[in-house]
Amino acid sequence: MTTTPGFLDIDALIADRQIRIAVICGAGGVGKTTSAAALALRAAEAGRKVVVLTIDPARRLAQSLGIAELDNTPRPVHGIDTSNGGSLDAMMLDMKRTFDEVVLAHANPETASSVLENPFYVALSSQFAGTQEYMAMEKLGQLHAEATESGTWDLIVVDTPPARSALDFLDAPEHLSALLDGRLMKVLLSGARGPFRLVSVGFNLVSSALNKVLGGRLLTDLQTFMAGFEAIFGGFRERATHTFELLASPQTTFLVVATPQRDALREAAYFVDRLSDEGMPLAGLVVNRVNRSALDVSAERALAQAEDLDPDAYAVEISALRQHADLVRVIENEHLLLDRFSASRLTVAHTLVASLPSDVTDADSLRRVGSLLAEQD
Amino acid sequence: MNRSRADGPLAAPPTPPRQTLHIVSGKGGTGKTTIAVSLACALATAGRRVLVCEVEGRHGITDLFGRLPLDGAEEPRLTRTPSGGAVHGLAIDAEDALLEYLDTYYRLGFAAKALEKFGFVDFVTSIAPGLRDVVLTGKVYEAVRRQRKGLSDAYDAVVLDAPPTGRIAQFLNIHEAVSGLTKVGPIRSQADSINAMLRDSATAVHLVTLLEDMPVTETDEAIAQLAPTQIAVGTVIANMVRSMPLTNEQLRIFADGNGVLRVPGFDEADNKALAAEFGAEATRTLDHRRLRTVLDGFGKPVAEVAFDPGGIDETAVFAIADQLRAQLALERS
Repeated sequence: MTTTPGFLDIDALIADRQIRIAVICGAGGVGKTTSAAALALRAAEAGRKVVVLTIDPARRLAQSLGIAELDNTPRPVHGIDTSNGGSLDAMMLDMKRTFDEVVLAHANPETASSVLENPFYVALSSQFAGTQEYMAMEKLGQLHAEATESGTWDLIVVDTPPARSALDFLDAPEHLSALLDGRLMKVLLSGARGPFRLVSVGFNLVSSALNKVLGGRLLTDLQTFMAGFEAIFGGFRERATHTFELLASPQTTFLVVATPQRDALREAAYFVDRLSDEGMPLAGLVVNRVNRSALDVSAERALAQAEDLDPDAYAVEISALRQHADLVRVIENEHLLLDRFSASRLTVAHTLVASLPSDVTDADSLRRVGSLLAEQD
Repeated sequence: MNRSRADGPLAAPPTPPRQTLHIVSGKGGTGKTTIAVSLACALATAGRRVLVCEVEGRHGITDLFGRLPLDGAEEPRLTRTPSGGAVHGLAIDAEDALLEYLDTYYRLGFAAKALEKFGFVDFVTSIAPGLRDVVLTGKVYEAVRRQRKGLSDAYDAVVLDAPPTGRIAQFLNIHEAVSGLTKVGPIRSQADSINAMLRDSATAVHLVTLLEDMPVTETDEAIAQLAPTQIAVGTVIANMVRSMPLTNEQLRIFADGNGVLRVPGFDEADNKALAAEFGAEATRTLDHRRLRTVLDGFGKPVAEVAFDPGGIDETAVFAIADQLRAQLALERS
């Protein structure tokens, strides 16, 4: 089989031992987690030692992988073919726990407990839109360090969170560290340390405005939080920078997942552009749930045919023909959208994964998705 | 126009749905934005002005009409509906909304600029717990309130294309989010007003789903998460529903791969290919029917929107609006 340009060759990617991190990203609801799990399983059965980091897998998929428990620890996945020397571990990210561990690892017990109880920390660690992304990257950093040190894994597959805005996981660490290292914090901290009337008019203005908007207690909480965080996240920016460099390095590759629908492809186009702007290594686009038909009959002909049949004698045939007509129109529409995408992003390789009649919930169906991923379309 | 009783009995004017704020959520990929925009079109009957808002910066609303993204505080008319109403669009940006909020409630003037410069605006809209959501829903609150205040730019109804089901309860449960932080003060009273609006009988949350396992499960979870908040779930909207006249028994045969078709004029290979294709469809349909009963078990009204094989554009949006109008009429007081 020869590989045509424009085809995203998943098996070649798996065989490339230089690649040690695969990041799967895409809009919500396009099958990111399934793609990540299918890629991980296929890589493991091809001999790679894989760990897949998922964020929020469907319950039955999680059960089938044996990670129904959200305990932040990689667990071996059973029922895979290890005859090529590979292995598969899976873990589900517990965002709050990961954050707590970061705090505990970087602060003395007293500071740690004051931070862990602070309402701003509680909210930041459980609700902040970027925290999940940041913690996914934090966990990736940890897994990568562990993999490099112990050799337990040679491929980390990361399923990214369904982002509020497309690439939050790239922005979150930088964003968070900018916020915590920023001028606001200096104002708040100087407020905590004494009068800053002498510092500058700007500071004074900000401080009194903050008092007016937030009220005294909120401000005190915020100051405690910031003071605690300063101690913990001294090296915050460096770690964020390090993760970013890791992602941009040749050992990482990004796969953007979409479905052949207008909004999913619009998001995918945005992802692709953002990744290339950031100089991130893009493997290509995975298009899930692509419809196909083995029957070469046009929608018009199928409908005309259905129209002519006796509804009593051919009830099932009529339904089948109408269903085929709908399918052909769906396929035409999908082609149009995919052609438009390819025409505007010529260099992006892609692989198409056919729509499956039922949900992917076990190792066998993941294996099937894996071969659809790898097959040339 | 001045009608008097002397004109004789008039046909009852169409009663508009009693809700004035419709919040649309759903799992990613279920067509939440399409339904939100279609619902806005359905509500925009003759002479009515309806606003549809998005809060996630995805520009999905304008994309449906093939328009450039909305910018800032603009509320341009996106379309005039076939029945003669107008649908306006607004993309709510947290930072802009916060600055507007500060300006309206605190009259900070120059200090607001300083806050922005010092990163406060960024801080509130990204880290400060719940405050981002207070700011976003606060803007929606302002748009809904215009009608009660009798302002000239008031809307008859507001539709919010809200965050997906996984985050909807948290997004709307502003009370919970800020109560741990502030007991008094302007933020608290703003949050209390928004809370009151969300729990008002004029507000309903609609949950969009597909007849597939994961979206149906998430719908169930969202209903459970919303229950303690006392925010009313209006209608569960099953999107992309396909019509199929055959019985489960007939479909089962094809789903199991035992179906035989005899389309006149098709050779054996064609008939086999069609039967295989129909088998996949039969499997899917059986699943849809099972999940449709699951939806009924949630105890909420269910509306169905037909699958459109041609894809979604303005015409398709109007067609969905017609379907929604016919079914959501059940909600009228």
